[in-house]
Order: sequence, then structure tokens, then C-alpha cells
Amino acid sequence: MPPLRIVIVAAVLCAFAAVPIIATVFAQPHYLTVLGRVLIFAIGAVSLNLVLGHGGLVSFGHAAFMGIGAYAVGIFNAYGIDNGWAQWALGIAGAGVAGLAIGSISVRLNGIYFIMITLAFAQLLYFLASGLTAFGGDDGMTLSSRSTFNSLIDLNNQVVMYYAIFAVLLLFLALTHQLVNSRLGIIVAGIRSNEVRMQALGYPTYRYKLIAFVISAMMCSVSGLLLANLTDFVTAQYLTWGRSGELLIMVLLGGMASTFGPVIGATALLLFEEVASAYTDHWQLFLGPLLLLVVIYAQDGIWGWLLAYEKRRAR
Amino acid sequence: MKPILCVRGLSKTFGGVLANNAIDLDLGAGEIHAIIGPNGAGKTTLMAQLTGEVAPSAGTIEFDGRDILPLSMHQRAALGIARCYQITSVFTDFPALDNVIVSVMARQPGYRRWWRRALSDATLAKPAAALLEKVGLGGRGQIVAADLSHGERRQLELAMALATEPRLLLLDEPMAGMGPTETKGLIQLIRGLRENRSVLLIEHDMEAVFALAERISVLVNGAVIASGTPAAIVADRRVQEAYLATDEARQHA
Repeated sequence: MPPLRIVIVAAVLCAFAAVPIIATVFAQPHYLTVLGRVLIFAIGAVSLNLVLGHGGLVSFGHAAFMGIGAYAVGIFNAYGIDNGWAQWALGIAGAGVAGLAIGSISVRLNGIYFIMITLAFAQLLYFLASGLTAFGGDDGMTLSSRSTFNSLIDLNNQVVMYYAIFAVLLLFLALTHQLVNSRLGIIVAGIRSNEVRMQALGYPTYRYKLIAFVISAMMCSVSGLLLANLTDFVTAQYLTWGRSGELLIMVLLGGMASTFGPVIGATALLLFEEVASAYTDHWQLFLGPLLLLVVIYAQDGIWGWLLAYEKRRAR
Repeated sequence: MKPILCVRGLSKTFGGVLANNAIDLDLGAGEIHAIIGPNGAGKTTLMAQLTGEVAPSAGTIEFDGRDILPLSMHQRAALGIARCYQITSVFTDFPALDNVIVSVMARQPGYRRWWRRALSDATLAKPAAALLEKVGLGGRGQIVAADLSHGERRQLELAMALATEPRLLLLDEPMAGMGPTETKGLIQLIRGLRENRSVLLIEHDMEAVFALAERISVLVNGAVIASGTPAAIVADRRVQEAYLATDEARQHA
């Protein structure tokens, strides 16, 4: 049998790939929306994990980058521009500029100070978005059209939309896997492990942390671009600190030591929410103990816990 | 011979404590220079100022004729100053070989090939494996650094420092916690290094100091009270009073 981690990755990805078929067979088209949203948050969590798990930078403000992506679609749409190439290019570039600005100050700091300053910047952008009443502010704004990519992809078709999201996730997983094992990735891991040692070896650690932060921000903005398209809606609520927290929880829950862990975390959290909220409005009451169990018994998240099973059995 | 390292009037105060007091120090190219002195004399503070971890209160440091005080830690490292810490500093969650690979990579220019796989790159892994062999850790490359013995981690740190091809190697008590055979091996190794680099050595093991050092400076209460050849240091009365005597007294006690 192939290694357990390959089996898990293949099983999860196959399940996601089969969702449109299942939705058709059971005549439940809303599955596409629910699972599409799961995949979008998986993309956000994978992006966040690049700095969180691999770089040791606990960003509490990644919702801001998600929001920038969403607003790139929303603002263009409000002016009647639906060209996806323009929307997406500006969304990603905008997140890059914001990431550079926020990162250049934040990555100088460590630990709790880094957490607080990323939160502060994200709140700044949240209040900015919520003040943009021309674009809906807190009440939000419904989009008149999804991003158009000439006649290449038709995102109005919900199945195409779903597979577009899935393709982005696959691309980002491959990208992250390559990045983590690249020279840049090893340097960032070295900084996480022992930053003073890296400086003593001659690495300008500030610069490398900043590069990682900007890449992560740009990747995260793509989840926002997709979210605006899937929901046909943009709101300042996308930028709340609760949203940043959710992304953190997804990474922790799934396991931040791996590339794939955040996908499992996002899936577990959102499906738990979906199922539990059908029974009670107070579903978060049950999320708390669940998180406690993970923190106490499975510090490497669900991913780490699953892999430990393989080790136990090998003994 | 023009010194590679030239320190003048280097002072450092922590609060009211004078940790380094107007230290003058010259280190020739290819020279092994030992700094000895009782605990708390300011030896590690001196090293930290040379690498840029601690900013001096006064004085100048020239490396290879260049004022390095304005340079940050990583810039000084890039010029060729490497340090082994008194408290071993490695990447504990990396295998030993990966520790050295990261160190070898530091020598290769900037951002080229940043995208390429690092750990499977033979241009990095080969020299890294050779360095592990050199410090006596051949065959231990796949062991995670946290699982190495104390002595092995010191050897690993030396391999990492050497990987950056330094012109000046700062060794802070490399023999501490080493057994007698390991110490002998390390003395051999350090002696073999000086062909193309200078070594500044802080060490309590007097046998090692006298086996290696061409010159010795004695640091007491933050100030250099004597500096010279090993023979001159042994003969110096102030040194005997301040350091060797107390050391002997401790041994006889």
C-alpha cells in the first residue's frame, strides 16, 4: 500500500472532484455552493500556512488579503467592468502591494507583537471597506455579473465555477509544495527554526520573511477573487477579524506542519459548521471543546493525528 | 603583516556594568588567537560585538581594513566572519545534513535559483556531506539535530560555521562538554583550519589553548590585562595573580 499521506491526499481530492457528479445524482445543486466555499477557504488556509506553518509567522490579518481580492471583483463590477483578467490582475497586485506595506512593518516584529500588528492593519482595512458605502459597506453589494474570461471559461455555469476553484486549489498545492522545498522555502524554515543562526550565517532574514509574506498575501487574495464570484456578493464582513481567526483555526485544526493539512482543516471546520448549524444556532458552543481536544491531543492537527496512526500500526 | 581584525578601545556597558573596557586586539591573517579569563570577564560580550549581535558603547572594529561597525549581523557574516556559539545554536528540527546544506547555501550568491529544490541539490549536498565527514559526523547526516549528543551538536555547529567559508572564525568554548578524545580530535581539526583563516578562540581548557594559540590575550573584569605569546603569558605575574593562580587554587582545593 502506498504511504498513508498519499492515500489521504488522493482520497480527499477525489472526493472533491466527484462533488458535481454527486450533486447531480442526488439533485442537490447547493452542494456545489457549499463545497465550493469549502475549497475557497482551503485556498485561503493553504496560503496562510505558507507564513504560519512554514515560516512561523502567526498572521492574524489574512482576511484583509481575501477582502482585497473580493473588492477587486466588486469595485470593477460596480463600474461595469467584468473583465476577469483586469479584475484578477489588479486584485493580486493590490494584495501584493498591501502585503508589502503591511509586511515591511510587521515582519520586523516577533511573537505576540507580530500577531497584534497584522490584526491592527487588517482592522484598518476592514473599517475602510465598511466605510466604502458606495460599494455596499457592511451591508454588502450584489454583483451584476461574475468575472468573464473572454469565452475561455464561463463562471456563470456553477459546475465550471466549482471546477475552476478546484483547479486553483490544485495549482496552489503544487506551488506550495515546490516553494516549501525550494531554496527560499528552506531558508524560511531555517528562520522559523533559529533566526539568529540564519543571520549569523549571512542571511538577510528580514528580506526573506517579507518575500514569504507577500507571496502568501497574493495567494490569499485569489481566494477572495473566487469568493466574490461564487457568492455574487461583496461585503466588508469578508475582512472581519473573525474571518482571519477562522483561517487560523482551519490551519491549526488541519495541521500546520504540512502543505495539505489546511485543506483538511478548512473542510472539517466548514462541514462541521454546516452540519451542526442545521441543528442549533449555538453550534460554536460545540466547536470550542472540539478545538480544545485538538490542541490537547493532536497538536499537529488532524493531519498529524492521521499520520501518527500509520506510525502506530507500523510498530 | 597587516592584521585582518583590528579592535581599538572597544567598550560595552550594560546598565552600570562595564562588560568590556577599552579592549585593543589585533589578529593576523592565519593566526590562532586565544582569549582566556575567568567567568564573567566579558569574553562572550566581545564576540557578540564582533559579529554584530551587540552594539558597542565605544570603540572601533576593522575587518580586513574596513570599518564594520555600521554593518548588520548578516552583512558581517557575508564578509566572512563566522561564529560558533557558547550555547550550541543549530536548527534542532532539521537533520544534521540539512543544517549544513542551509549553511553552504548561504555562501552562494543571492536570489539565483531560489525556486530550485534545495535539499536534493548535489551542489549543496555534496560539500555539506564532506564537511560533516571533516568534523567527524560522517554517517550521522540523517539524524535530527535535536537527537544528536551534546558533543555532536558542537561538531555540527563547527561544520556549519566552516560551510560559510569564513576568513575569521570565532569559537566560543568549543571544547566545553567534550570528552578527552573528542577534544584531541577537535584540536587537530582547528589546527588544520588556520591555513586560510584566522581563529579567535575563547576556551577554558588550558591544554587546548596552549596546544593551539600563537598568541593569548587575558581578559579580566572586561579589560585585557596581558597579551602575548603563550610563554610570555605564563611568565606574566599579573596573569598568574588574576587568573592562572586562582585556576590552580581551584584545582588544588
